Amino acid sequence: MSGMTHILSAARLNRLFLAGELSAVEIAESALSRIAKVEPQVGAFLHVAAEHVLDRAKKLDARRRAGDNEFGPLAGVPIAVKDNICTCGMETTCASRMLKGYVSPYDATVVERLRASGAMIIGKTNMDEFAMGSSGEASAFQTTRNPWDLERVPGGSSSGSAAAVAAGEVPLALGTDTGGSIRQPAAFTGVVGLKPTYGYVSRYGVVSFASSLDQVGPLGHDVEDVARLFEVIAGPDRRDATNAGRTPPELKFGGDPSLAGVRLGVPRELFGQGIDSGVKARVEEAIRQLEDLGATVEECSLPSTEYALSAYYVIALAEASSNLARYDGVRYGFRAAQTGGLTEMYSKTRGEGFGAEVKRRIMLGTYVLSSGHYDAYYRKAQQVRTLVVRDFERAFERFDALVTPTTPFTAWRIGEKIDDPMAMYLGDICTIPVNLAGLPAISVPCGFVDGLPVGMQLIGKHFADAQLLQMAWAYQKVTKHHESRPVLTEEGGR
Amino acid sequence: MSTKWETVIGLEVHVELATETKVWCSCKNEFGAEPNTNVCPVCLALPGSLPVLNARALEYTIKAGLALNCKIQRRSKFDRKNYFYADLPSGYQISQFDLPLCYDGYVDITLKDGTTRRIRIQRIHLETDAGKLVHAGDDVAAADFSLVDFNRAGVPLIEIVTEPDLRSAEEAGLFLEKLRSILKYSGVSDVKMEEGSMRCDVNVSVRPAGSTEFGVRSELKNVNSFSAAVRGIEYEQKRHIRILEEGGQVEQETRSWRDAQGISVLLRSKEDAEDYRYFPEPDLPPVEVTTEEIERIRATLPELPDALMQRLMTEYGLSAYDASVIVAEREYAQWFLQAVELAGADQAKAVANWQINELYRVMNEKELGPDQIPLTPEQLVGMLKLMEKGTITGKIAKTVFDKMVETGKDAETIVKDEGLTQVADEGELLAIAREVVAANPKVFEDWKSGKQSAAQWFVGQIMKRTRGRANPQLALKLVTQALEEQAQK
Ligand SMILES: [Zn+2]
Repeated sequence: MSGMTHILSAARLNRLFLAGELSAVEIAESALSRIAKVEPQVGAFLHVAAEHVLDRAKKLDARRRAGDNEFGPLAGVPIAVKDNICTCGMETTCASRMLKGYVSPYDATVVERLRASGAMIIGKTNMDEFAMGSSGEASAFQTTRNPWDLERVPGGSSSGSAAAVAAGEVPLALGTDTGGSIRQPAAFTGVVGLKPTYGYVSRYGVVSFASSLDQVGPLGHDVEDVARLFEVIAGPDRRDATNAGRTPPELKFGGDPSLAGVRLGVPRELFGQGIDSGVKARVEEAIRQLEDLGATVEECSLPSTEYALSAYYVIALAEASSNLARYDGVRYGFRAAQTGGLTEMYSKTRGEGFGAEVKRRIMLGTYVLSSGHYDAYYRKAQQVRTLVVRDFERAFERFDALVTPTTPFTAWRIGEKIDDPMAMYLGDICTIPVNLAGLPAISVPCGFVDGLPVGMQLIGKHFADAQLLQMAWAYQKVTKHHESRPVLTEEGGR
Repeated sequence: MSTKWETVIGLEVHVELATETKVWCSCKNEFGAEPNTNVCPVCLALPGSLPVLNARALEYTIKAGLALNCKIQRRSKFDRKNYFYADLPSGYQISQFDLPLCYDGYVDITLKDGTTRRIRIQRIHLETDAGKLVHAGDDVAAADFSLVDFNRAGVPLIEIVTEPDLRSAEEAGLFLEKLRSILKYSGVSDVKMEEGSMRCDVNVSVRPAGSTEFGVRSELKNVNSFSAAVRGIEYEQKRHIRILEEGGQVEQETRSWRDAQGISVLLRSKEDAEDYRYFPEPDLPPVEVTTEEIERIRATLPELPDALMQRLMTEYGLSAYDASVIVAEREYAQWFLQAVELAGADQAKAVANWQINELYRVMNEKELGPDQIPLTPEQLVGMLKLMEKGTITGKIAKTVFDKMVETGKDAETIVKDEGLTQVADEGELLAIAREVVAANPKVFEDWKSGKQSAAQWFVGQIMKRTRGRANPQLALKLVTQALEEQAQK
């Protein structure tokens, strides 16, 4: 059985571990061997913690043998963690030169919760530097490839987490989502990705990009696994003042899938212009299947959407410009070789330590907050944000959830958009309004265009993450798109 | 023709709150610890750490606001003030920009001539202290490197901003004293300038007397004591007037006060003013303060110096001067009130006299601060009781007082050990009186010829013989008796 664990779900691995049919060490070794085989092609991990995970597995096995039956829902499950989430004993670099070699002295709350649930953290995944990007190409260290087509990007910024799941290296991974960074790579790599309601999951120990938008979430092969990881990470945390202090309801899946009585809205602004016809066709099919499950579907409008992208970039970059000020070479991380005084140390350290995309965003963010520009940009953007929130509130008076494509197009070729940031930014049009409103949304696989995965996005009401997962489960139950796996030659060839 | 000038002064006073822990984390807020021992991921701004508001810091800010007659903002928020400096770990200071917790307050100060001036408080906001740089050299410019101590980073700080209502260095000094006293009474800070828990920036401008427009101001930084504030203002005021009288124009600028040299030097001009790019702190939700909350905090405020001074005058009949020197320090006032409670209200004036004339004298000689009062109220009251009972005389009491301070013993023990009990035995004293009258015929003759002070001289002799233990009234009565007997002989 070991050696095949890469096709097993987290739920199944957990059951086998608890039943004593597979030891944690067997599971860990199997995952490590899968990683060793496919990593040369995929490049999902920045750091594989082989020793750590085996040590952890041995302890789990010892506990089980000693008759301990207090295991959490992820006991024996290998999990990958995005490299902007702090982990003791492993580097946390945010895929930046700035933090190369940096080891956090503390665990993020989500990591504490993972450890308490019995999960085995197997390594840290690649990403766009400081989560700024939509392709994974902005990593300072390596480019992760899409397991479905190694010439293409896996999406971003949670590029490594999505690719690691898609390539069968781990059944589950943690990502972060500021404007689509979980859902877009989930769509590009054919996996399920949930961006929880803002405030459901603690941000403590998650390196901030844009504090008012960031949220940690799970990526996995199927909705049940994603729900299982969500239940572990969500909940109250007094170390995060923006945490809502809410515990998600216990999730149960089973019985006949049905969406009877569920009212779904399809925002026309996110379903017309700019959406690739193939993607549109797949999502339309998905909508018909949702109707077949009993849902009523109607068109609706989110009129402020056309301004959402601009507002998002103003707000996200303003916050980022301030959040990234701490990387100054004084206390930790990279410090440029010095010749002059403090100011020179700052400019050289930041000039050399950050990559081009990060510097572009810091400069834009600094600009929009500058006196004389604040009202025209930041204040205006906050007003737009309020309008976006109202759009959703109005829509949710009539609907239980909204359906859109997760992305307007499928994964592009590596290097294709690297010199055209605007084109890349536009790819986030369907996911960004959700972050502005702090809503939960899930991307589920809904088929393929030219062999590349397409994702459907379901957007829910505040703290209706559980209902969203139920809907996604029902859809998944009758479609099986999530069961398709990319074929990777294990010899390292392409 | 010489113009009369009026000086206009506004102050920005920073006060560290005396909370147990820092404002955004649970590190200890203490002065003088080993460098970088009171630090954690939050106050070091490690990647991923987040601030959480210390409820006590919020409470203390509101308490300070109430003590300074401010209104309290029901819905407030925090903002980020962005700038780079090595002592600022996150690259921004969490502060409050447009919605300070407290606003529209005032402090009344009493000038030397007895008149009262009301100084308005524009706002009080809660913010964060930075760390401390230690330069390896005499100053930054000469240092090869600098070290940073982050123990102070994240200590809660309130900034109190006055309206430009002060008109002289003297007023500014009085205001700062009063502010310090009120904050100390309310218990929100130990306001020690020498430990840096109170610091101030001074805005000074000058205008022709009678003008209603403000002149161009300069801001003075690095003012580290009340006396430095007074000297700095006097210096700036002279500098402005000189520029104006020479027909020049004052530049709006920030200057640094160098107290040792008694001069201010240019720090930065208006053009170089930093753009702090304030924006709402996204890691912290807005702060809602309810009426119940405010009332609960108000109830924890002790009686403040103005009210207490009134009470000392009306309830205990103290003079304005006596009352003012007792309320000047919270410890003095507490000491007084305790003593009066033990001694009874009728003894209040006696307590005040001893406190002001003797206790302060001793403390002055020994250079003791208000938190080092060398005598307990119980000791003083014990002594007063011995005086009341006639066990000791007023003169002996002074000796007993000094001995109490010196030894820490109570009055009764000292009187017993030293044999200082008043001699009130009429027979014993009369015998002594007869002896001294008989032994000094010349003074007796003086008395006989009508010189009244001669009787006092004999009383003095009795005091000498009894080492001050004689009851003075009784001694006078018996001297008179002995003199009359002698005259009839
Ligand atoms: Zn701390």
